[in-house]
Amino acid sequence: MSAFSAIGEEREIDRDEYTPGVEPQPTWCPGCGDFGVLKALKQALPEVGRTPEETLLCTGIGCSGKLNSYLDSYGFHTIHGRSLPVARAAKLANPGLEVIAAGGDGDGYGIGGNHFTHTARENHDMTYIVFNNEIFGLTKGQTSPTSPKGHKSKTQPHGSAKEPVKPLSLSLNAGASYVARTAAVNPNQAKDILVEAMEHDGFAHVDFLTQCPTWNKDARQYVPYIDVNGSDDYEFDVTDRVEAAEMMRTTEQALYDGEVLTGRFYVDEERPSYQQEKQAIGEMPEEPLAERYWDDDYEWERSYDRFLDKHA
Amino acid sequence: MTDNELIWRISGGSGDGIASTSQNFAKALMRSGLHVFTHRHYPSRIRGGHTYTEIRAAADPVTSRGDGYNFLLALGDSFARNPQEEAVYGNEEIKPLSENLDELREGGVIVYDEGLLDPSDIPDFDERVEANDWHVYPLDLRGLAREQGREVMRNTAGVGATCALIGMDLGHVEDLMSDAMPEKILEPNLEILETAYESVLEEYDADAHDVTVPTGEHEEQQVLLSGSDAISYGAIDEGCRFIAGYPMTPWTEVFTIMTNNLPELGGISEQVEDEIAAAAMAVGASHAGVKAMSGSSGGGFALMSEPLGLAEMTETPVVLVEAMRAGPSTGMPTKPEQSDLEHVLYTSQGDSQRVVLAPGTIEEAYEQSRLAFEIAYEYQIPAILLYDQKLGGEMLNVPKSHFDREPNADLGKTLSEAQLAEQPHTPDGKFHRFQHEADDGVSPRSVPGQKGGRYLATGNEHGPSGHINEDPDNRTAQIDRRLEKLAAIRERLDGAGTQTYMGPEEAEYGILTFGSQQGTVREAVEVLNADGHSVKALGVSDMLPFPNAEVEAFIESVDAVLVVEMTASGQFRGLVQKNLGRYGEKLSSLLKYNGNPFEPAEIVDGFESIVVEGSGLDSSTTTFVPAAGD
Repeated sequence: MSAFSAIGEEREIDRDEYTPGVEPQPTWCPGCGDFGVLKALKQALPEVGRTPEETLLCTGIGCSGKLNSYLDSYGFHTIHGRSLPVARAAKLANPGLEVIAAGGDGDGYGIGGNHFTHTARENHDMTYIVFNNEIFGLTKGQTSPTSPKGHKSKTQPHGSAKEPVKPLSLSLNAGASYVARTAAVNPNQAKDILVEAMEHDGFAHVDFLTQCPTWNKDARQYVPYIDVNGSDDYEFDVTDRVEAAEMMRTTEQALYDGEVLTGRFYVDEERPSYQQEKQAIGEMPEEPLAERYWDDDYEWERSYDRFLDKHA
Repeated sequence: MTDNELIWRISGGSGDGIASTSQNFAKALMRSGLHVFTHRHYPSRIRGGHTYTEIRAAADPVTSRGDGYNFLLALGDSFARNPQEEAVYGNEEIKPLSENLDELREGGVIVYDEGLLDPSDIPDFDERVEANDWHVYPLDLRGLAREQGREVMRNTAGVGATCALIGMDLGHVEDLMSDAMPEKILEPNLEILETAYESVLEEYDADAHDVTVPTGEHEEQQVLLSGSDAISYGAIDEGCRFIAGYPMTPWTEVFTIMTNNLPELGGISEQVEDEIAAAAMAVGASHAGVKAMSGSSGGGFALMSEPLGLAEMTETPVVLVEAMRAGPSTGMPTKPEQSDLEHVLYTSQGDSQRVVLAPGTIEEAYEQSRLAFEIAYEYQIPAILLYDQKLGGEMLNVPKSHFDREPNADLGKTLSEAQLAEQPHTPDGKFHRFQHEADDGVSPRSVPGQKGGRYLATGNEHGPSGHINEDPDNRTAQIDRRLEKLAAIRERLDGAGTQTYMGPEEAEYGILTFGSQQGTVREAVEVLNADGHSVKALGVSDMLPFPNAEVEAFIESVDAVLVVEMTASGQFRGLVQKNLGRYGEKLSSLLKYNGNPFEPAEIVDGFESIVVEGSGLDSSTTTFVPAAGD
C-alpha cells in the first residue's frame, strides 16, 4: 500500500479546496494579473483531477512567489530563481506528485535563467508558469529581463540599452516540449492552457502575461488579445519547430508593438520525458523512490555486502 | 611506528598510470600482511606535470605520510613539454627524477627509466648519490615495454623491478593484475612483470642496499580504501539514494563513486547545470521524502550558500560534503588546505543553523558520513561533512569488519498518515509542521503526497502551518526552537565520541588539530614522547556545534597548546577562542599552506622549537604564530 494515499485518489474535487483558510485573500494590488493565474489554476487543478495533497507547488521570490500562500496544496516557496531545481528533484523523488513551478520573469528568465534552460533541455515532466509582467514588482518597479528596450525606471534612468529576453524562443531552443503564452485578461484560455500543460508528459512552459497596474501596464493594455490557434491571420503548425519558431518571433515582437498574441506555440507529444529517458538507461527506479522509505519489508543494501570485496 | 618501513614513491607525469599502478601495488603490500598508507601529489593537468604517489608500508599501523621516503621509481614523464629557454616550467622531462631527490632518505634506492631519463641533466647528480649513499639502478623500462608492444606498460615493468629489489615475491601483484586486467592485456603485462623482475636479479645485487619489504601479518581481512570511498559508503549505508552535483576537484571523487553505485541500488544521481541547482535538488528530493546529498569544493560550495540557507529555514534534512582545496578563488585545485572552515561555518545569510563535522581519518570519514545523515534527518537540519583533498584521496587499509554494520534508512521524525491525523492542524486542515514547542526543537514533518500533511515550506519566517509570518513573538519562538536543536545535537555528539585523543592522558603539553591532519599529528606525538617529551593531542571533529567542554578540559590540562592546521590565518585556533572566549595567551599556531600536507617531522620540529625551546621557528614550509602576549 502506498504511504501517499493522496496520490492517484479518485474523487470529486471542489474548487474551494484550493483556497486556504489561513490566508484566503491575497495581498496583491487591486487589478493585478496574478489573480488571473490563481483563478485559472484553481479551475484547472480539479479539471485534471489533482487534489491539494497530491500537488506540490514550488515558487520563487517576488509577488508571484506568494502564489502558494494563496493556493492550498503542498507548497515550497523557495528562493529567488531556484524553484525549478527544487521542483524537478521532488518529481524525480516521487513521480506520482503533480509538480508545478511558478515565478516571475525576473525569477525565471533572469536570475534563474540557467535553471530554466536546463530544465527545459532535460524535459522534466512538470509545468512551469512564468508570471510575465515585464517589470520587477515587489521591489517597486525596476526594469526586468522582459522590459522593452528603452524602458525607463529608477535603475535604468536613461532607458534600458538591452533587448528584452525572448522567452518563447528561448524555451523552444532550450528544449521545452510544450510552450504556450496566455494572459490574465483571458481566463478561459488560461485555464485550458494550464490543463494541457499539466496533462503534457514533459516540460510545459507557460509564459503568463500578468499586468502590473501599479508599476507597469494595466489590464486594458493587454486587450485585445488574439488567440493565434483560433485566428485566420496566423497559420502555423504547433508541432513543427521551424514554423513554431517563426510564430514565436512574431509574437515576441508584437507584444512590444502593442499587439497581444497568445496560444499554444509548440507542442511535442513524442519526446520522452526526462524520467522516461532516465529509466530507459537504468538510472531511475520504476517504483517511486519516496515509497521505499515506508516499505518495512525493503532490505536496504549495505556497502559491506555490495562494494567492499573490490577493495580487499 | 616501526623501524623497518618501505616508503615507495612512483613518479611520472599525469597520464602515465601512476594512480592505478600505485593502487594495485599498495593492495599487494596490504595482502602480504602490511599496513599501508598512500599520499598523492599531482598537478591540475590532464597530461604531464610532476606527479607522484607514495606508499608507506610497515608491519605496524601507519597513519600518515612519512618523513621523506626510501625507494624512488622514476618512470619519466611521457607527456612533458619541450624544454624552452626562460619557460617557467623548465625541463619537465627530467622532473620525475630531479624533483624527488630532496626528500629521498640516505641509503635510499633509485630506479629510473633510462629509456626516458638522463641523470646527466641533473646538476651534481653523481655527487649527491655518493653523499647520500643512494643506490641507483638504471633500467630501460620503456625498452622492456616496447618489446611487449605497449609502452604504457612501463609502470608494470617498474613494479617488477621494485619487487626484485626489495625482496618481494610477485604472487600478490600477479593476483591483482589477474583480477583487474582483461585477458588481452593481462598476458603481456604478466610477461613484462616477470621479465623485469628476473632481469634485475640477473643484472644487480639486491643485497647492496638496505631497503627491503617489511613482513607482517593481519589478524583479519583488510580493505584498502580512500576517504572518498569511505564517505560514499557511509552515505549508502544511511539509505542515501539521491545525489546531485557538478564536477569539481576534489569533490568529484565522491560524486563519481556515488554515481557509479547508485543505479544498481535503485537510486538517482543527477549531474546538473551548477552547484546552486545541485544543492537545491538535494533539498527538493529530501523535501519529497528521500535521503539526499550534494557536495562540492570551495568554489562550488560558495554557490550552495543559498540552498543551504533555505534548508536551514525550511528545516529540510540534507547532507552536503565539502572537499577543501587551496584557495582563495581557483587557488590550487589539486592541493590540500583546510581554509574553507570559516566559509562552511558561516556562509549564507542569517545565524548559522547547521552541523559541521570534520572527520580525521578514513575510518572516521565513514562513521561521520553516517553520523551526518543521522543528525540531518533526526534533527531536520543541514549537516556538512568537511574534509579535504588529502583525506579524500589518501588510501589506508582498514579491517573489513569496520564496515559490518546495520544500514539505517530512517527518515527521522517523519509522520505516517495515521500519525498525521493525530497532529494539530489549522481549521481548514493545514498541518502544523512548524510548532513552537517541540522536543529537542524538532517539530515532526510530513511528506508531499500524504493525506493530512499539507503545509507550506518557505524561506521566509513562518508560523506553525508554514505561512509567512513576521509577528515578533512567532519569530522569536521559531528561531529559538531551531537553535534548540543545536543544543540537543551537542548532547547527541557527546555520546558519539567524535573527538580523538592521542598520547598519554597526563602530559605537560598539548597539540590541538582538526580534520585530516589528525593522522600526522598522531605520529608526531608518538615521536615526541619517544624522544622524551610529554605531549598529548586532541583531534577535533565537531566544528559546529563545537565541543566546548571537551576542548576546554584539554587546554586546561596542559601548560601550553600548539594548534596545527592547514590554513594561513589560523582559522581553527580562532574558532577555539571564539567558542571558549579565552586562551589567547595559551594557544600558539603551527600553520602550513604551501599546498603540501604536514610531514610528521615538521610538527615535531615545530613543537620542539616553539613550545619547548620557545625559540620560534626556522622553517621554509611552515609558519609560526605566537600566543597572544608573547
